[in-house]
Amino acid sequence: MDWVLLPLLFYAAAHSAAPLLIAGLGELITEKSGVLNLGVEGMMLIGAVFAFIAAHDGGGFAGGLLAAAAAGFAVAGLFAFLTVGLRANQVACGLALAIFGGGLSAFAGLSYEGKSLPDSVFAFADFAHKKFVHDLFLLFALFMLAATWWFLNRSRAGLILRAAGENHDAARQTGYPVSWIRAAAVLYGGVMCALAGAYLSLVYTPLWAQGMSAGRGWIVLALVVFASWRPGRLLLGAFLFGFMGILNFTLQNWGATVAPEFLAMAPYLATIAVLAAISWKMRRRRSRDFPSCLGKPLPLSR
Amino acid sequence: MKALHFIPRPPEQKAGAQKWAALAAVFLALGLGALVLKAAGASPPAVYKVFFVDPFSSAYTLAEIANKTVTLSLIALALAAGFRANIWNIGAEGQFTAGAIAASFVAVWLLEESGRWAVFAVLAGGVCGGMAWAAAPAFLRAKVGVNEILTSLMLVYVSLLLLSYVVHGPLKDPEGFNFPQSPLFGESSLVPSLLEEYPLYATILVLPPALLASHYFVSRSWAGFQMRVIGLAPRAGDYAGFSRARPVWISFLLTGAFAGFVGAAEVAGTAGQLTPVISPGYGFTAIIVAFLGRLHPLGIVAAGMLMAMIQIGGENGQIDLALPVSVSGVFQGLILFSLLAADFLVHYQIRRRGD
Repeated sequence: MDWVLLPLLFYAAAHSAAPLLIAGLGELITEKSGVLNLGVEGMMLIGAVFAFIAAHDGGGFAGGLLAAAAAGFAVAGLFAFLTVGLRANQVACGLALAIFGGGLSAFAGLSYEGKSLPDSVFAFADFAHKKFVHDLFLLFALFMLAATWWFLNRSRAGLILRAAGENHDAARQTGYPVSWIRAAAVLYGGVMCALAGAYLSLVYTPLWAQGMSAGRGWIVLALVVFASWRPGRLLLGAFLFGFMGILNFTLQNWGATVAPEFLAMAPYLATIAVLAAISWKMRRRRSRDFPSCLGKPLPLSR
Repeated sequence: MKALHFIPRPPEQKAGAQKWAALAAVFLALGLGALVLKAAGASPPAVYKVFFVDPFSSAYTLAEIANKTVTLSLIALALAAGFRANIWNIGAEGQFTAGAIAASFVAVWLLEESGRWAVFAVLAGGVCGGMAWAAAPAFLRAKVGVNEILTSLMLVYVSLLLLSYVVHGPLKDPEGFNFPQSPLFGESSLVPSLLEEYPLYATILVLPPALLASHYFVSRSWAGFQMRVIGLAPRAGDYAGFSRARPVWISFLLTGAFAGFVGAAEVAGTAGQLTPVISPGYGFTAIIVAFLGRLHPLGIVAAGMLMAMIQIGGENGQIDLALPVSVSGVFQGLILFSLLAADFLVHYQIRRRGD
C-alpha cells in the first residue's frame, strides 16, 4: 500500500462524485418543491447521449453541453406536463421516464457506440493540464452547491419554493403559482441531471455506451434521502459514493484478490445500507427538512 | 383554459373509463412512436407491419410471442397485487435473475440425473432464489421502513453482477473453451415444449391457474381485500387494524416467487444453460404490462401480448429493417407516458364553463 497515492485517490473520488453531486442538486430542488421525479436515471442517459452526439458531430464541447441541457429540459418538460399539469401519479411517471430515457438513449446512440470524440472537442482546454475538464465540472458542482444552499436558505425565491413543497394549499392561498413553481423546479432538475449525464459521456468515460450511467441516477435519489434534503450533506454523500465508485480500481491497485464483480457491487449495497441506516435513525420522526407535500399532487382548483 | 373546468368523475364510471384510456394510450403511443421512427429514418408502416401483421404468418413467431406473453404476464400478475397496495417492487428483474441463477445451480448439480423430477427441482430452485432476493427489500421496508423502490432496484444491479460472477466463476463450463457460460443442462432439467416443431414451453400451462388464483386473491380473499384498502386509503386500513407489514411481505414474496419461476423457466427453456445475458428487461417491461393491463388479470394478459409483440417485433425488425432492438424500450416508455396522460380523463371529466 502506497500512502503517497492518497491525495490522488481523493482527487479521483471527487471526479467520480461530481456527476452525483450535480444531478443530486437538481433532484434536491425538484423534491423541495414537492415533486418526486424518479426518472433521474433516464434524464442522465438522455443528457449523456445527446451531449455525445452533438459533440461528436461537430458541435464541440459547448454544443454537447447545450444539447444535453436542451434534451434534459425537453424530457423534464414532458414529466412536468404529466405530473404537475395532469396530476398523474409521480412514481409511475418517474418509472416511465426512467424506462423511456433508457430506451430512447439506446435508440438514438446506437451508431455512436464505441466511437471516440474528436480531439477538437477538448481543444479549448489545451492550455491546461490533462484533467482540466474534469476539474471544470467539479468546480461547477461545488459552485452550484453553494448557490443551492444560498438559494434555499437565504433567498426569497427559495423560501417560496420550500413553501410550495411544504404546504401547497397554504402556498396557493397566499397567492403563489404553485404549479408553475413546481414545473420550473422539475425543468431545472432535468437540466442538471442531463448535465451530469453529459459529464459521464463527454469527460468521465469519455464514450457513449448503452445504459452507461449504471444506476447512478437511482443512487442520486438515495443520496437526496441520505442528505435529508440538505445541500451540505449531499456533498458528504456524493463523496462517499465517489469513493465507492473508484473502489474497483483502488483495491486492485492495492493487491486485493476479490472478484471484480463483488467490488462493483459496493456502491449498490452501500446505497441499501445507507438508506437502512437513515430510515432507522428517522423511524420516529421525519427529517425537519423533508418536504411534506413530496409526491402529492396539488388538488385541481375549481 | 379559462373556458374549461374539470369535475372529478364519479367512481362507478372509472372502471369503464380505464379500459378506454388503456386503448387510447396504445394508439397515442403508436402515433408518437411513428414520429420517433420517422425522425430516425425508418418507415413507420413497415415497422408496424413487422410488429403486428408479420407474426400471424409465422407459427414460429407466434410461439415465441406466446412464451414471452407468459413470462411477462406472470411477473405482472404478481406485481399488480403489490401496486394495488401502493407497494412498488420495481426490482422484479433482479428477482428474475436470482431465480435463474439459483435454478442453474440446481440444474448443474443435477447434470447426471435422468429422472423427470429434475425439472421440478430446477423450477423450485428458481422460486426459492427469487423469493430470497425479494425478501431483502421486503424486510427492510416492513421492519426498518426503507423505501422499497430504491432497495429493490439496487438489487437488480447486484443480481446482474452476481450473474456475471457466476458464469465467469463457479458455474463456468469446464469444457466450454473458456466462454462465460454454464454447461448445457441435462435433458431431464429442461422445460419441455408442447409442440414438436416449435418451442412452445409448458410454462404456459401455469398461466390459466395463475390467472384464476390472482383473480380470487384480489377480489375474494381477506388478504387481497386488506391490500386494496391499504392502497386506496392507508389510514382506513390502520383504523381497521390491518397490518402494514403483511401486504409488503405478501407482494414481495409473491413477485419473487413468480419472477424466480419464470427466470428458471427461461434458462431451462429457451437457453438451456446460464449465459451472461438472460433477459431483455422482462422485470421492467412487466411493470408496464401491469399498468397497461389496469392491474386486472385479463387486461394483464392482453397487455403482455402487446408488449411481447413489440419486443419480438424489435428483434425481428433488427434483421429485416436494420432497426435497433432498443426501439421496444422507446415504445414501452411512450405507452406508459400515454397511459398516465390518458388517466387524467379517467379521473376528471372536462366541461365548458356554463354547461
